[in-house]
Amino acid sequence: MPTVMFGCARDIVEHCGVPRFVFTDFPLGNPTGRPFDPGSQRHILDLGLHLLESARGPRTTVQSPYEWSTDTTWKAKVLTREQPFLDGADKEKWLARKAADKALKGTGKP
Amino acid sequence: MSHVRYIDKTREYYQSEGYAAPYRWAHFDDVPFTRLARPLAECRVGLVTTSEMVIRGREDELAHVENDPTRPGYSLPMETPTKELVSRKASYDKYATTLDDVDAYLPLTHLRRLVEERRIAGLAPRFQVVHSQYSQRRTLTVDAPRVLAELHEDRVDVAVLTAV
Repeated sequence: MPTVMFGCARDIVEHCGVPRFVFTDFPLGNPTGRPFDPGSQRHILDLGLHLLESARGPRTTVQSPYEWSTDTTWKAKVLTREQPFLDGADKEKWLARKAADKALKGTGKP
Repeated sequence: MSHVRYIDKTREYYQSEGYAAPYRWAHFDDVPFTRLARPLAECRVGLVTTSEMVIRGREDELAHVENDPTRPGYSLPMETPTKELVSRKASYDKYATTLDDVDAYLPLTHLRRLVEERRIAGLAPRFQVVHSQYSQRRTLTVDAPRVLAELHEDRVDVAVLTAV
């Protein structure tokens, strides 16, 4: 089935490898446009539809022209002790799920 | 400025937290590719997302998903009004942005407009929610087959995937 992926983590998606990828250099969470900016949202979706029609092979990436801000300090702060991705209850949940995954591994259950 | 290197940053961060083995990110040497079989204007479009959507006020119906360590995926009606949808995703850049505007990660409003404009033929009756799994094994053996089966069942021609 033809697919197009929208994402903000270029390295992760390209390391994985997908057929078609529209990359937008925004903070994780907004792969299809700036919040409350229907213009950028529609444009990015249009780029994806065009990519569905135009890509000739897998691993085709198109970068949308949008920049989050002229101030790029948000990039340096990603995943630092000051700004961990998960903290508090969210981190506890993640660790519990990770432990459950490890426990299931090798049991034959998915 | 170039894009954020999340793989490097994740490795460095968790090393500094005392984890010895770095996470092995999914990687495929061979990536499939399928061309459009017909013009987009004749295609029914499906939508798959990791945005952990729930219907506002009906979060309890999905409590079993939250509490299940295997994190089963699920589907919601595509016709759900955007204003009734809310994301439960915790792992996004909450310092820099918000998930307050659904169309910034689940472009339902714009997809509906594309149908009106006849750029696409229509939308699937439901969209699929997949959790960002720690377990690639589960993504491959449970989530992906379920999503593909539903897309086929809904006679979807192309799928839009949003990674949140």
